[in-house]
Amino acid sequence: MADPRISIIDKRLKGISNIIAVSSGKGGVGKSLIASTLALTLARKGYKVGLFDLDFTSPSTHIILGVKGLYPKEEKGIIPPQVHGLKYMSIVYYSGDHASPLRGADVSNALIELLAITRWNTLDFLIIDMPPGISDATLDLVRLIKGIKFLIVTTPSQLAFETVRKLIGLLTELKIHMIGVVENMKMKESSFIKQQVESRGIAFWGEIPFDTELEEEIGNVNKLSRTVFGRKVVEIVAKNMNP
Amino acid sequence: MHEWALAEAVISTTSEIVEKEGIKEIREVRIKVGELQQIELDILEFALSQLKTSKFKNTKFDIETVRAELKCRVCGHRWIFNREKLDENTAEAIHFVPEIAHTYIKCPKCGSPDFEILQGRGIWLESLKGVK
Repeated sequence: MADPRISIIDKRLKGISNIIAVSSGKGGVGKSLIASTLALTLARKGYKVGLFDLDFTSPSTHIILGVKGLYPKEEKGIIPPQVHGLKYMSIVYYSGDHASPLRGADVSNALIELLAITRWNTLDFLIIDMPPGISDATLDLVRLIKGIKFLIVTTPSQLAFETVRKLIGLLTELKIHMIGVVENMKMKESSFIKQQVESRGIAFWGEIPFDTELEEEIGNVNKLSRTVFGRKVVEIVAKNMNP
Repeated sequence: MHEWALAEAVISTTSEIVEKEGIKEIREVRIKVGELQQIELDILEFALSQLKTSKFKNTKFDIETVRAELKCRVCGHRWIFNREKLDENTAEAIHFVPEIAHTYIKCPKCGSPDFEILQGRGIWLESLKGVK
């Protein structure tokens, strides 16, 4: 007759002012690093922030944040642990170091389960690190979360932007608000992505140079925030986000 | 106490349906609970009794457990989920997110994690009876 979990999702999310899915058409463009750094930046500015890793088959934000040995508390649902000032939720609490080979329907079911039982309470921002592409997680979030906004990440590569172009097309058709596009891993001067984005009526939030030092600072959020990448995210937040 | 969150979901969904259908009093709510999620029925029943609103005053909650039947997509083998074979942490992880079964459970015949949950995954609202 009915899946009882669906109707409780609105209630679970009603204390959250902004839900932002950090998404791209392709993997490897820096979604997880941008989602994590964006969440940390907002938390340091004094906002109440949650970070939800929705890349169930390949989660990585726990590595970026250096999360080890944490487990959500159970209290009429589950309470996300606090990590560096964020309420942090990831499937790795349950899957550990093991692979989670999930098909699309399983991804949907796990996503609905976690949305139905996670108690975020009040937040200014919930940042969602999306899996790459336009598949179950994207379609489910659009279906289940009213007022969801997308922040889109691309690289200067035409291969990345080709997939982003399709993502933008889909979200435009579905009338989903795209708050902006970030161009990551910029290596040389070009306004191609900026022009493409702005010609579609979407805000171009800025570009982040390819940072050769970034890899070494993954897992240490203080060092991460001092990298060129980290400082650029702070600048992009200051310029584009006025909650 | 994760059962509490699921009980809230049952009350919320039932309330939405009765509102839509113009039902004044709910007589019976039938719920199916899949064994894969290992829901503690006494906690679920207690939570339902605590969360119910006036429309549920005379409601009987009929809870039926359903065996979790799994089918391997590689070799076609079918088997029944057995909680006893799992350690405490694994069982608890599957309790919170049943899809985590794909992380820890393999087909007993061919060893593949690529199986289908044919039935008995989690909680399902089966039917309700009421008076308009």
